[in-house]
Amino acid sequence: MTQFLQAITNGFSLAAIYALIALGFVIIYKSTQVFNFAQPALLLLGGYWVLYFGTVWGWPFEFAILVGAVFAAVTGIIIERTTLRPMVGKPVFAVAIVTIGLNTVITIIALDLMGVEIRQMGDPWGLKTVLIGGVTIAHRQIAAIITVIVLVSLLLAFFKYSRMGLAMRAAAFDQEVALTQGVSVRSVFAISWAIAAVLALFGGIFLGSGIGFERSAAVSALKALPVVIVGGLDSITGALVGAVIVAQAEMLTATYQSQFAWLSWLGQGFSSVVPYLVMFIVLLFRPYGLFGTKEVERV
Amino acid sequence: MRYRPGLVADYESDAAIFKSNVQRFWFSVLLVAVVVLGLGGTIPLVPGLVDFSLQADLLLIGTTAMFASIGAIGLNIVTGYAGQVSLGHAFFLGIGAFTGALLGGVEVTRQVIDLDTGQFVEKTLLYGFGLDLIIWLPAAGLAAALMGLIVAPLAFRLRGLYLAFVTLGLVFLGEHVFREAKVVTGGVGVGRESGVPSLFGFRFDQPGEVFGIFLSKNQKLFFLGLGLLIILGLTAKNMARSKVGRALAAVRDRDIAAEMMGIPLARYKMIAFVVSSFYAGVAGGLLFAVIGRVEPLSFNLLLSIEYIAMILIGGVATVSGSIMGAFFITFLPRIVKWLAGFWMFGFISESPTGGFVTLAQMEQILFGGLIIMFLILEPLGMYGIWIRVRNYWKAWPFSY
Repeated sequence: MTQFLQAITNGFSLAAIYALIALGFVIIYKSTQVFNFAQPALLLLGGYWVLYFGTVWGWPFEFAILVGAVFAAVTGIIIERTTLRPMVGKPVFAVAIVTIGLNTVITIIALDLMGVEIRQMGDPWGLKTVLIGGVTIAHRQIAAIITVIVLVSLLLAFFKYSRMGLAMRAAAFDQEVALTQGVSVRSVFAISWAIAAVLALFGGIFLGSGIGFERSAAVSALKALPVVIVGGLDSITGALVGAVIVAQAEMLTATYQSQFAWLSWLGQGFSSVVPYLVMFIVLLFRPYGLFGTKEVERV
Repeated sequence: MRYRPGLVADYESDAAIFKSNVQRFWFSVLLVAVVVLGLGGTIPLVPGLVDFSLQADLLLIGTTAMFASIGAIGLNIVTGYAGQVSLGHAFFLGIGAFTGALLGGVEVTRQVIDLDTGQFVEKTLLYGFGLDLIIWLPAAGLAAALMGLIVAPLAFRLRGLYLAFVTLGLVFLGEHVFREAKVVTGGVGVGRESGVPSLFGFRFDQPGEVFGIFLSKNQKLFFLGLGLLIILGLTAKNMARSKVGRALAAVRDRDIAAEMMGIPLARYKMIAFVVSSFYAGVAGGLLFAVIGRVEPLSFNLLLSIEYIAMILIGGVATVSGSIMGAFFITFLPRIVKWLAGFWMFGFISESPTGGFVTLAQMEQILFGGLIIMFLILEPLGMYGIWIRVRNYWKAWPFSY
């Protein structure tokens, strides 16, 4: 039972990280109709800013995050302005490929900045843990879950109550109509990219806290793709639910696979491909994910 | 303009492989040039001034490019002609490579002590059946095609981005399987020998005399690649101009409309996937014959992106574009190395650690950069550039 609770707890903290990255995908997709494959690269770059200001320059962690977030947001806006703006109106897929190209370029730059060794994030949580009812919970896991709850509430409030949020919802509904109503679609695009980049940065912080930040973070970040697909490309609820489903499936497999001999044929490290398997299964039954809007097309 | 009729009078000439005799002539010239280069000859580009010949290392890259072209044509069938975006090409290449290695490779056994009896027993480390090229190459293609057949039903249900993600998931699942199936793939970091290219006892991977001419191992493989590329390229071209090709184009342009017109979507999407995977399987089986070893981790997402880059840079939905793109991408490391020799590219370092960017990094940056540039500036790829240049000179000295 303890083991199960432990797995579930780890699952939720992993879900928090996936949710952060997945939300970035969804926000960009909803408001700009671009699927951003460059999210893992943004995560690497964002994480790098934080650890650079925090450990190399020795700034306080909170301040490092703040400045890092500004850097990340600016990066997002620059990317949108230089490479995505010329692609407005092109086929969805061509745009997605552009972001794949972006991902390659930015990843190389980020890795070049980071170097090969594992870098400490400079976070205050480290490897400290707390024991609750027999379940060991790391401080960083708690921090991750709390951060997600706070950020998601802030985002939802932003979309619901602010003027800009309303504009973003309008643009997500129909770009042209929003444009005719005086919504500045350009700034909607820019802000979506900025938000996504900052969310990726937080994902990077929690992937790297404690155990250290390195290049494999990009691989973990890519696992947010199945999350988005399971939840549905254009649903924020979907991203959150998908994150929980995928992360729990992954953690439970990681915990229990070694205990059952008949599962050993699946091979080592099977848990890391479980997200993709979950994605296949969900897509077979629901081609638009659990919460995605079904595409309606005129002939 | 005498040789390039602006008026296409009948369907026959519109669908012809070679639109004019001029095209036929230049194609033959190119073919002769490639054969001469492959034989180790020298071609005077500007007589007496600039000569061009393939040194051993260039020949090696050229051979790889031939096989890569086959894979790129395959990807172009499903993504270019049929419009079904596949990021899973690396998976199909891998299936082909390991089927080839399993059927055409050598078995590796080792004496181990059985802990129960204390006796030496023969343990198979790697399975291999040592079959002939004529069997294992088609089998590699068919195994990949079978995988394509299994994946295709997903493509009936999914469209656009969702399909791209499924194929992307395929790469990760495939990577896991390749990593774990050690008796077939040799395992991470070790790998195994690729299938032996031996056709009825004629070894393509050993130097030897053919028709009185001494050919090196790479030259033999070069001609094997050239032969296969011509056969498979023409097949693809023929498919594209037949009923199947037109149906695929209709599916790409608007699948719902195509269905309304009586094109069975499921069947044609399946055909696209199966044929494309077959090409990938064949390419995968031979791609590693040049190096002689194949390693499970080669078939990652990056390889898929490489093939996407090939068809995007070369030209979507064209066979010649696929070949141009495959050659360009395969020669890219070499081009980067050459660029690094110039002072203005001094920031590219030849050592693996120093400098601002290393060769390998620069290569990947160019990958990404070129994909972005081509998509933004020239969506038709190198093929499109060629068309523009041609039209410019056609109307010269008038702009249009």
